[in-house]
Amino acid sequence: MVKEIERYGIPIVHMSTITTISESVGANRIVPTIAIPYPVGNPNLSKVVEEDLREKLVRRAITALGTEVEETTYF
Amino acid sequence: MSYKVLYYVNQFFGQVGGEDKAGMAPVMKDEKVGPALGFDQLMGEDVEVVGTIICGDNYFNENNEEAVKFIIDAVSEKDPDLVVAGPAFNAGRYGMACAGVAKVVADELKIPVITGMYAENPGLESSRTKAIVVETADSAAGMKKALATMSELAKKMLKGEKLGYPEDEGYFAQGKRLTVFSDKRGSERAVEMLLARFKGEEFKSELPMPVFDRVEPAAAINDLSKAKIALVTSGGIVPNGNPDRIQSASAQKWGKYNIAGKDSLEGEFYTIHGGYDPVYANELPDRVAPLDMMRKFQKEGLIGEVYEYFYTTTGTGTSVGNSITFGREIGKELKEAGVDAAILTST
Repeated sequence: MVKEIERYGIPIVHMSTITTISESVGANRIVPTIAIPYPVGNPNLSKVVEEDLREKLVRRAITALGTEVEETTYF
Repeated sequence: MSYKVLYYVNQFFGQVGGEDKAGMAPVMKDEKVGPALGFDQLMGEDVEVVGTIICGDNYFNENNEEAVKFIIDAVSEKDPDLVVAGPAFNAGRYGMACAGVAKVVADELKIPVITGMYAENPGLESSRTKAIVVETADSAAGMKKALATMSELAKKMLKGEKLGYPEDEGYFAQGKRLTVFSDKRGSERAVEMLLARFKGEEFKSELPMPVFDRVEPAAAINDLSKAKIALVTSGGIVPNGNPDRIQSASAQKWGKYNIAGKDSLEGEFYTIHGGYDPVYANELPDRVAPLDMMRKFQKEGLIGEVYEYFYTTTGTGTSVGNSITFGREIGKELKEAGVDAAILTST
């Protein structure tokens, strides 16, 4: 899905846990995430710390969207 | 001559549990568990499965180093002549784990590995050159047939017999080129192929041409503070009650939901994705689709706005064909709506 959306010229970042799949399929901007059942979260942390973690990851994704890339790039 | 086999399965086929046990660290059982028992019976008297490794699918994919170390220690202890993993059918994480087993056992320990997967399993690409990967159905309904083929090939592998062509023996081509004798010169075969092509007749390329489908990276956003960014997910996050009845696996459709004015998905959305433990996403769907943070960044001015529609579908077991179609349809809508960028989250 990531590639098809990007084909329209829309920069897209894939936030995913199994990044080997993401890479082999051909996503250009990738942010590795925490775990399969909670990619942008962690229920083992306190609410505040978890939110901080999610904020950090999403911020990385936004940065990725503002960064030129030539090939598969991790953020 | 008697042979020893070490068998690897996930938490489900190892009869420990389902998604709730996907995070379990690997254990070694001296008994033959699940498919290992069926495989052992098919192999006859000269071969014995001497142990079954059971490991959670999430664990293997999230703790690769530790999982690999366990495999190495297990092989050292049991000293098998062959390692069997799966079959994983279309289960993505399981396929990736089997590929991981193939990588360490075949590549590094130089012991043959056999496994089984469906053609669209993401674990296939990386494992097919290292292990013999038998082609299976897309679900465990194909277990009997898969084990039958795997055991036939395993017998040959143990005896050091050469395997026939992939299409004849039922395993995925490994990219190996063999020199064979032909009754015609290459020039004759080439001209025949060319003539067939001109006439629009069927012909078979002797060497399949690889298809590289890379997409040119889209240009970065110049001014993020003015950008309209869409949130998309394959994590199966839908409004309570799943009004559009999106499937829990092998999705046939995607959904789009208005999130204008919402600061988070909590309370109104949940997950119907059948491929991961839903507890955490149901408590707080933003752990899968982080609307809360995107809204925060919008308010702070880091981004211009969050596109008013949120797009969702279920990734697990969804065919490549459907995924391409969904991507195209969603991409078209985003383009027409003047969306500048997108974030897609996957579980």
